[in-house]
Amino acid sequence: MSTLNSKIPEGPLAEKWSNYKEHAKLVNPANKRKLEVIVVGTGLAGAAAAASLAELGYSVKAFCFQDSPRRAHSIAAQGGINAAKNYKNDGDSVFRLFYDTIKGGDFRAREGNVYRLADVSRNIIDQCVAQGVPFARDYGGLLDNRSFGGSQVSRTFYARGQTGQQLLLGAYGALERQIGLGNVQMYSRHEMVEVVTIEGKARGIIARNLITGELERYFGHAVLLCTGGYGNVFFLSTNAMGSNATAVWKAHKKGAYFGNPCFTQIHPTCIPVTGDYQSKLTLMSESLRNDGRVWVPKSKEDAKAIREGKKTAADIKEDDRDYYLERKYPSFGNLCPRDIASRAAKEACDDGRGIVPSGLGVFLDFADSIKRLGIDVVKARYGELFPMYQNITNEDPLKTPMKIYPAVHYTMGGLWVDYELMTTVPGLYCLGEANFSDHGANRLGASALMQGLADGYFVIPYTVGNYLSTEIFVKPIPTDHPAFVEAENDAKERAEKLINTKGKKTVDDFHKELGKIMWEKCGMARTAEGLTEARKQLQQLRKEFWSDVNVPGTLNEFNPEFDKASRVADFLELGELMVIDALNRNESCGGHFREEYQEGGEAKRDDENYRYVAAWEFKGVEADPVLHKEELVFENIQLQVRSYK
Amino acid sequence: MGLTGLFLICFLVVHAGINACMWFNDGGKTFTFYAHFMGTNFIVHFIEAGLFAGLLLHIVDGLLLWKQNRDARPVKYAYSNPGANSTWYSRSMGILGSLLLIFLIIHLKDFWGPNRLNQIMTGEERNTFEMMQEEFSNIFVVILYCCACFALFWHLLHGFQSAFQSLGLNNVKYNKVIEVAGTVFAIVVPFIFALMPISMYFKLVH
Amino acid sequence: MKYNLKVWRQKNSKSEGKLVDYTIDSINPDMSFLEMLDVLNDNLVRKGEDPIAFDHDCREGICGMCSLHISGRAHGPQHAATTCQLYMRSFKDGGTIYIEPWRAKSFPVIKDLVTDRSAFDRIIAAGGFVSVNTGQAQDANNLPIEQAHAEKAMDAAACIGCGACVAACPNSAAMLFVSAKISQLALLPQGGPERNIRAINMVNQMDAEGFGNCTNIGACEAECPKEIKLTNIARMNREYLLASLINE
Repeated sequence: MSTLNSKIPEGPLAEKWSNYKEHAKLVNPANKRKLEVIVVGTGLAGAAAAASLAELGYSVKAFCFQDSPRRAHSIAAQGGINAAKNYKNDGDSVFRLFYDTIKGGDFRAREGNVYRLADVSRNIIDQCVAQGVPFARDYGGLLDNRSFGGSQVSRTFYARGQTGQQLLLGAYGALERQIGLGNVQMYSRHEMVEVVTIEGKARGIIARNLITGELERYFGHAVLLCTGGYGNVFFLSTNAMGSNATAVWKAHKKGAYFGNPCFTQIHPTCIPVTGDYQSKLTLMSESLRNDGRVWVPKSKEDAKAIREGKKTAADIKEDDRDYYLERKYPSFGNLCPRDIASRAAKEACDDGRGIVPSGLGVFLDFADSIKRLGIDVVKARYGELFPMYQNITNEDPLKTPMKIYPAVHYTMGGLWVDYELMTTVPGLYCLGEANFSDHGANRLGASALMQGLADGYFVIPYTVGNYLSTEIFVKPIPTDHPAFVEAENDAKERAEKLINTKGKKTVDDFHKELGKIMWEKCGMARTAEGLTEARKQLQQLRKEFWSDVNVPGTLNEFNPEFDKASRVADFLELGELMVIDALNRNESCGGHFREEYQEGGEAKRDDENYRYVAAWEFKGVEADPVLHKEELVFENIQLQVRSYK
Repeated sequence: MGLTGLFLICFLVVHAGINACMWFNDGGKTFTFYAHFMGTNFIVHFIEAGLFAGLLLHIVDGLLLWKQNRDARPVKYAYSNPGANSTWYSRSMGILGSLLLIFLIIHLKDFWGPNRLNQIMTGEERNTFEMMQEEFSNIFVVILYCCACFALFWHLLHGFQSAFQSLGLNNVKYNKVIEVAGTVFAIVVPFIFALMPISMYFKLVH
Repeated sequence: MKYNLKVWRQKNSKSEGKLVDYTIDSINPDMSFLEMLDVLNDNLVRKGEDPIAFDHDCREGICGMCSLHISGRAHGPQHAATTCQLYMRSFKDGGTIYIEPWRAKSFPVIKDLVTDRSAFDRIIAAGGFVSVNTGQAQDANNLPIEQAHAEKAMDAAACIGCGACVAACPNSAAMLFVSAKISQLALLPQGGPERNIRAINMVNQMDAEGFGNCTNIGACEAECPKEIKLTNIARMNREYLLASLINE
């Protein structure tokens, strides 16, 4: 077992990042033009990175599988973005944001990284406002804030219920500007299918042109993966249909370690599942918990009557309602962190008090807020969220409480990266949700946007320079180099195998099966027994997939069904790694809840044995991965039981 | 389009105003006075040239738009339900305009042409009031003119507001005013025009 | 519920396309329109036929990837909703539904119902941004912005770039899309320095892409899933006219 070098700079916590920046090696402008950087994915992290690097003068190639960089799933983030601006004078500070993030992540993130994140959060807001992002403002024309789960200050900046969209469009604008200037070559409808490594360094990618089906080779002095999370392993999640893990998984197979794969965030406020045909789950922003109260009936009989349609929410008297979050966590109440709110909902439903026909749903009630603030204020605060809910469910949340249930939303795990965001493959970087990230075992609301943009705008421009300064003598490697040929052949071989299987089951059959196994056994609550069983099932399923999947069409055409199959093939392998990791981590922390490890219904962390990042090394699809541990050192904060009571 | 449209709208006001003079029922005295002024004043002649240029520009511009817009969608929808999202007359400005153009040619041939020709040949104006009385004794001519007024009504109903929108003279605060003014204008002006042949036909004007 | 579908099938951008009839049964009214197509595709794959290609991604009405001209209307009959937010309860049981791709010269068909909307990206690249490099920004609160302006800017910024405005417009004009971006940035002080050149460059790019001209029909506004207003087009016209007059 090797020790991973996280390359945290020396010095006091608050000075680490400035220390790093002051000593990082630089590339002179004339040389930057000769250095090529590949950016895969154009969400917040990718678009921000591609634009910022192009502004610096690097020659950038950007890739996205969607038809335009503006479609990346960052666009769907609703609630807001955190920043330690302390505009509210309510006691916020960089340290407090840092502390909240570490604590929210159940002490499973790196101090140095998180402090840097909190520090640059302030620059993000400045940058985005300068780009013309129309954040909400108060009557004086200054920026407005709201509060979010897991914090006691108001530090969340927002643009109605479309913050992610506005931030992404800001970054997209910056990216398009660089495309227009000729500094970025944009390749949309391209999916990365292989990383090319030469002499141990990342030197390019093989991408599939999704329109023609052709495999294309691209060289880069460095490769940045900004490809988002892998929540779609679960089939049903709040992720976009196309969100996938293919890029990171291929990188993992080429030597990049995978960090904490089992850390999955289950978001508490999603619209409950209603039928088998359902293709995705819709999130209702966490910000709704600012004004909404979560409850279920106190008695199982009432819950049953509601499920059967004999009673409605209005029939349940105030005294007969269990506002369980307020009861269990009086100091944070409805604004406790996501993992806790999700698990509490599961408990209430497991107790037989769920209020939708499937039994898996709780109420989110706005009646009190409407009474207090008036219907117009509540409506204005949540923009299009209410109409969105009404459209999907055919119920008006202003009249009757919303029905919600947790759903897979975000993956804290991802490729292991050091302080410079470099993976264990030199020259291969990973940014945003795709890396194992600064969120530890649980991400706080409104922190994903912050991290994506921090990585893209303010971290990578410095750290990639530090690496590329040593690469200025490397001439662009022609793509007929054997490494490119070999990588392309691998991809081709795999694709041919997939398309020629011509089995009986559809790709979705397998994906749904995979999702079911993962949700039941590696979801909100996990047990050693369940995980062991899941691993066997997954191995079996994978075998079946490669012998019985039916992928229609051919390889040299626009073939979305093939693209899907190729992604599911990777999910099947990644799913197993998640299970292995969950099985390895004999503790409960953040989004990872092992039923064996709890105390009074609350998660029981084991800091003595598991205060580390589990970074897994790939050894072959059928072989066991090798665990590498990065010990987490906490010098500036005290580890404690995470309490929101 | 908007600019020339507004210019033509201004012309309509003058035209309708002078024509309305016939309802003084003074045997066309006032009417002829102004018609004479319009027919002989050299500044008016100068503006008249501008009017034709404006009209021509409006037509050419319209044709160009029509062609570009048609080219922008080489494959049409097999099934379309445009009634669900817009009014038919806003989509039919080209057809309405073409109808108006045909009418205009007839109209010019009836009045303006012979009059100007006479002026050039003899230096004398013709009595347009009498010409009108003669023309509008024919029921078919009256019907033709009324139809044209309907076309004008639809054309203006969209065109008036549209011109302001195209020129960016649009403000949430004043939109309602423009909208109401446009609708009133689109009703009143064609109505005045239509009344003339009708009242002539029924000998209400003398 | 049961439906007769007439779906546009086209192998690729070069081949001719045609409407093909499909019948689909046992559809749940709470299914989204795209889930209905998923079911249809599932049936097709199981029968060994080529599934229908259509663009979609987030399925919550924000990414702008889904399109579809459904029974004669962009994004179907429901007001202020994208195709992915359209539910089968909006359709009469046993009815016929036409499904066609966006139609415009500037949006060529790639396959079946999938079109190439990169023209929109090129228009944004021509000027739909504020030229501020990373790190150049001043403190966010240094420049207060009147709340009403910020709100109006946000109204315009809500555009998802789906192209429904072009699809619905009888002229295939892209004015609503372009004006939304021009408006957003014209309403904010940050957009000020580039205001004139932006209007000119974006409008010129729009014309170069071959979109039609606006004749103020208003179909775009009526079909826009994000309810972007026509007033934005007026603002763009104003910006463009003024910029053309003073630009040297």
